[in-house]
Amino acid sequence: MVTLTIDGREIQAEEGKVILEVARENDIYIPSLCYHEEVTSYGACRLCLVEIASRGRKRLVTSCLYPVEEGLVVETSTPRVNSVRRMVMELLLARCPDSRVVQDLAHRLGVDKTDFELEEGNYKCVLCGLCTRVCEEIVGVSAISLGNRGVNRQVATPFYAFSEACIGCGSCAYVCPTGAISVKDVRDTRIITMPHVTMKFKLKRCRTCGGYWAPERQLEYVAKAAGLAADAFDKCPDCRD
Amino acid sequence: MSRLSSPQELEALRKQIIGQRDPKRPCVTICGGTGCHANGSEKLVTAFGDEIECQGLGGKVDIRVTGCHGFCERGPLVVIKPGGIFYQRVKAEDIPGIVSETIIKGNIIDELLYTDAITGEKVKYEHEVSFYRKQQRLVFGNNGVIDPNNIDDYLAVGGYAALSKALFKMSPEEVIEEIKKAGLRGRGGGGFPTGLKWESCRRAQGDTRYVICNCDEGDPGAFMDRSLMEGNPHSVLEGLVIGAYAIGSHEGYIYIRNEYPLAVKNAEIAIKQAEDCGLLGKDILGSGFDFMVRINRGGGAFICGESTALMASLEGRVGEPRAKYVHTVEKGLWDQPTDLNNVETWANVPLIVSRGAEWYAGIGTEGSKGTKIFSLVGKINNTGLVEVPMGITLRDIIYDIGGGIPEGKKFKAVQTGGPSGGCIPESLLDLPVDFDELSQVGSMMGSGGMIVMDEGTCMVDIARYFINFLEGESCGKCVPCREGLKQMSQILTGITEGRGKEGDIELLERLSETLVDGSLCALGSTAPNPVLTTIHYFRDEYDAHIRDRKCPAGVCKALISYSIDEEKCPGCGLCIGACPVGAITFMGKGEPVVLDQEKCIKCGSCYDVCRLDAIKGE
Ligand SMILES: Cc1cc2nc3c(=O)[nH]c(=O)nc-3n(C[C@H](O)[C@H](O)[C@H](O)COP(=O)(O)O)c2cc1C
Ligand code: SF4
Ligand code: FES
Repeated sequence: MVTLTIDGREIQAEEGKVILEVARENDIYIPSLCYHEEVTSYGACRLCLVEIASRGRKRLVTSCLYPVEEGLVVETSTPRVNSVRRMVMELLLARCPDSRVVQDLAHRLGVDKTDFELEEGNYKCVLCGLCTRVCEEIVGVSAISLGNRGVNRQVATPFYAFSEACIGCGSCAYVCPTGAISVKDVRDTRIITMPHVTMKFKLKRCRTCGGYWAPERQLEYVAKAAGLAADAFDKCPDCRD
Repeated sequence: MSRLSSPQELEALRKQIIGQRDPKRPCVTICGGTGCHANGSEKLVTAFGDEIECQGLGGKVDIRVTGCHGFCERGPLVVIKPGGIFYQRVKAEDIPGIVSETIIKGNIIDELLYTDAITGEKVKYEHEVSFYRKQQRLVFGNNGVIDPNNIDDYLAVGGYAALSKALFKMSPEEVIEEIKKAGLRGRGGGGFPTGLKWESCRRAQGDTRYVICNCDEGDPGAFMDRSLMEGNPHSVLEGLVIGAYAIGSHEGYIYIRNEYPLAVKNAEIAIKQAEDCGLLGKDILGSGFDFMVRINRGGGAFICGESTALMASLEGRVGEPRAKYVHTVEKGLWDQPTDLNNVETWANVPLIVSRGAEWYAGIGTEGSKGTKIFSLVGKINNTGLVEVPMGITLRDIIYDIGGGIPEGKKFKAVQTGGPSGGCIPESLLDLPVDFDELSQVGSMMGSGGMIVMDEGTCMVDIARYFINFLEGESCGKCVPCREGLKQMSQILTGITEGRGKEGDIELLERLSETLVDGSLCALGSTAPNPVLTTIHYFRDEYDAHIRDRKCPAGVCKALISYSIDEEKCPGCGLCIGACPVGAITFMGKGEPVVLDQEKCIKCGSCYDVCRLDAIKGE
């Protein structure tokens, strides 16, 4: 255990954890868009910046990546920190003018308008990379990735086409903070909509109740991974005893 | 060649190589560096061979193709030894004369000599050229003397003696101490103390330790790392092996930019030769120390030169930076302790080990020791690579070495440090060039780019140009850099196209602050330098663009208005054909033409075609 100070509060924390994690455990608010405790920290949105004093020097660090240290003094909301956060929100407001999530977060951080020209035809995506990390690290299929460099960066499937690796589980949509990826089940079909591609998956029908309950590809993937028989998922969870 | 298994054998071989060389034997040295190669030096090599044969000197004259000499402006360069007569801009038709007059009779051919831009005098020897006189070519000097593909040449100038000394007379700790005492700082941009980096890496916990040489060199216009790797690869290799010994590493990589095939080839040859000689590989020189090195070709993006992106790329992942809260000296390549240094940094190491830290620390300034190679380009008479002691003034580099600004134009600014360096104005020309002084004025050493600009340069346009470049090279991972550079580029483009608004400068400053404070890696955090320095030193130009819709340098086309000088225009009509939108009307022979401002799209075609200076642009 190490002892550190966050916003004047002395806090005991487990070694190896990052500042953001420890702050949240102690109900201290640090905004973020690209952090999720289940996947590797990425450090892309820059909203979680905090100011630390370490060995007498003050500097800004990324709290989702910075491991706690003994004697660390953290301030989560200094003028320098806030100025970066506000500018990031202004930039995101220009990028995704229609995203409610971005607007709300901006508002919470004291930003209600942007000085930049609004981008047209945007897809709400802030490129936080949560979907691609979940797909790779949790689902284990890497069906989507961040393609292209710089301003042309996009979340995409290979060649913007149906991704053969995708099992249609919808985890990406679940984790997406802005709703840029959505998932919808319509009768026997699951539709996953991403900024640059829409994919359809056939849903499996329950042998007992007849309801459609999960994508066939996903069930095949799970059965294979778990070494189960091909008919393991013939019934939906509700109809299993 | 048999493997050398002791320092004595190395010295014996060196003696033998030198002994076999007749210092009086004529030798034609032809520069095969990037610049001279582009100017046709390869053709000269075959032509010299044929001519020497033809004039009956076959087997009596050596031809040596070397790496870049630095004075690319005057290439192809040829030096005739033993006299050392220096010919420039040599063409194939000059060769019969050179062989019959200079090689056979020892006469100098006046027309091929260089006329000094400053004194106006003809110069006979390379070291007398003013371009070289104020240089101190410690690292780069051997480039002009050796054939990079011949290890004998490197051994003849004392090569690998430093390695032998380190392995047999110094402990790893002593080597690190020597580098620390010398005050060597990284030449790749950050200027981090090399000895400290080595020490941290040596002390870090890990199963394997790696050393890497960074030859990614993505700065437009920079070619010093390339020239070293192409022209003297053994010096880099020797430094790398010494570093590996000091750090306790047995495996290394040379990461070479994909666009540098010759550097790759020459490095491969050097590695093979060094291995064959027992200067690399298992049991180096019989010391028991093993070290292997492999070459890796770059990922093809500017960002791949950044340390964490480079390591990701080496591991076969996308070359994207990560935060360095756990330093790469502790967890770098494959999470093992890794030391990364720049090509030029490595090439300094053998010098320090052989001549000693005290000697080295005697060169340069308090905080920056040794020399630095700069790539001097832009509006300057002598383009090329220059190696100067740290602390020399910008004025000395630009005027004494660079020969000043061409066509009698006035100097305006010099940008140092590559695309994210700052633009330094005339009032600071007496600034001593070192890491700290350059940072203090808002620029940086970077990897040593130096772009000179004259009065015809628009500083807003320059800022726009560099931000555009960086916007294209941003990896896109973090918001401030990706979105911020996009916005900066749009604002700057707006200003140069006459759409500037009050408040643009302040917005650029606010954006800059966020990039500096909030970016994930140094690409984003240094990117605002060109904007901030041009605003700081040339604010009046921004104001002129925004308030008066004028470009004082006359560069931004949208802000120029063209008109006809009725006194000068004879109505020849040449401009009428050139105008793509029909804005100019013919008024009859002898009558000046009429330009319709409403229709004019300010493309400048009329201005370009008019031979009588009758189109005014302002
Ligand atoms: C965007 C970016 C590009 C870089 N490109 C290079 C490069 O091409 N060559 C290089 O040696 N260092 C480059 N660097 C610096 C490296 O990250 C690293 O600091 C350097 O290679 C360390 O070597 P040194 O200590 O010998 O300078 C770059 C840094 C950044 C941020
Ligand atoms: S600062 Fe730019 S180049 Fe560096 S990680 Fe962020 S987006 Fe990528
Ligand atoms: S949450 Fe840390 S950078 Fe996004």
